[in-house]
Amino acid sequence: MRIGVLAVQGAFIEHENILKNLGAECVEIRKSEHLQQELDGIVLPGGESTVMGKLLFELKLFENIKTRIENGLPVLGTCAGAILLADKIEGENISYLGTIPMKIKRNAYGRQLGSFAAEQEIKGIGKFPMRFIRAPYIISAAPNVKILSTVEEKIVAVEYGNQLALTFHPELTDDYSIHKYFLNVICSRT
Amino acid sequence: MENERYGLNKELAQMLKGGVIMDVTTPEQAKIAEAAGACAVMALERIPADIRAAGGVSRMSDPKMIKGIQSAVSIPVMAKCRIGHFVEAQILEAIEIDYIDESEVLSPADDVYHIDKTAFKVPFVCGSKDLGEALRRISEGASMIRTKGEPGTGDIIQAVRHMRKMNSQIAQISSMRSDELYEAAKSLQVPVELVNYVHENKKLPVVNFAAGGVATPADAALMMQLGAEGVFVGSGIFKSGDPKKRAAAIVKAVTNYNDKDLLAKLSEDLGEAMVGINEEEINLLMAERGR
Repeated sequence: MRIGVLAVQGAFIEHENILKNLGAECVEIRKSEHLQQELDGIVLPGGESTVMGKLLFELKLFENIKTRIENGLPVLGTCAGAILLADKIEGENISYLGTIPMKIKRNAYGRQLGSFAAEQEIKGIGKFPMRFIRAPYIISAAPNVKILSTVEEKIVAVEYGNQLALTFHPELTDDYSIHKYFLNVICSRT
Repeated sequence: MENERYGLNKELAQMLKGGVIMDVTTPEQAKIAEAAGACAVMALERIPADIRAAGGVSRMSDPKMIKGIQSAVSIPVMAKCRIGHFVEAQILEAIEIDYIDESEVLSPADDVYHIDKTAFKVPFVCGSKDLGEALRRISEGASMIRTKGEPGTGDIIQAVRHMRKMNSQIAQISSMRSDELYEAAKSLQVPVELVNYVHENKKLPVVNFAAGGVATPADAALMMQLGAEGVFVGSGIFKSGDPKKRAAAIVKAVTNYNDKDLLAKLSEDLGEAMVGINEEEINLLMAERGR
């Protein structure tokens, strides 16, 4: 299985290490030429969403990735990646890929002093150690978006067809169950 | 030391990887930096080149000015305190800064002790010239390291020297027999546990950025190819002819640091780079502050 990992900024190596460990082949997506190949899935990692959003446009990755996700390419977006997937961002007029009908709030828990860890149940995956780093949360989602997990009544994980969006960082833990779920369930469906 | 807060602080640095952290002195500059693709900004009253020119004692910035920058952007905001000045650090923690840079760019407040960074909840980044300095700062609680380079000069030679030194020392530790690590810890003047970590993982236990002298996209890519995980650009941007364009070019150079065709395009037509100061012309070596 070949997974593209958006590698324009952020914690992409952490995702690659886990995916390789689970037997997937990883290719880094840094410019448009890197998209001229078959992919079984794509990962949008944690990092700074403003940086990634800007570079998606300027490195001419945006249209290709958006179209492929809309056509069913499985995607895992974590933290900044989830912001890229949301079609609405609280208090802002812009959105990025906008392929999941949900509203997300940037830096929703405040600055770095508001970063925290929690352990919570995720539907279909089980209890998971969650790392929230200057994290967003999902304010609301359309009825057909499946809510997989909430922490203190805030939505932190959703599934929408081929798309999995998390406001925390599974790439920072040594629990691989989310990546396994992405590879074995979401990427295997297509 | 490996408590939860420290873990979260190291992880914020991981999120900054592959990015460019830019020095800014006003909310307007902060917005320009964010729009150009900075992954964080460093709020300070004067950029290093001006600190160097002005001379005198250089201190933590006015908290009001830092708060202005915090409200202007959504990316993390860092600020500098003087080496050893733990009260400046307390003040920066009180205004919920995202990262404190205990920095040799400012005048040191203590010529013996660094801040006990384990006493703080907010994360610290510290400069280092070599592995020993880096591990000493980490043992004091730093959750991110950067090369010292030579700030405010636009001369990359010192950052290159510090990064190469770090790499060669890490390689050396990695290839040692495990019974040699005690002696290595003794000569580096650092805890043996941290030496063991470097031996096993062939890297520092925290993220390592390049800083001090980066002025062009090529400089930034050079540091990335030498193994930096991201880049700080201080005076290089807002001391140049076209800050907006140069900032955006440096961001892209850090993302595609191995792509020489793209680097050639990015280096075109950037206007005037900051006027540099050669190593031999420097009267004040900031990198010698704090060991």
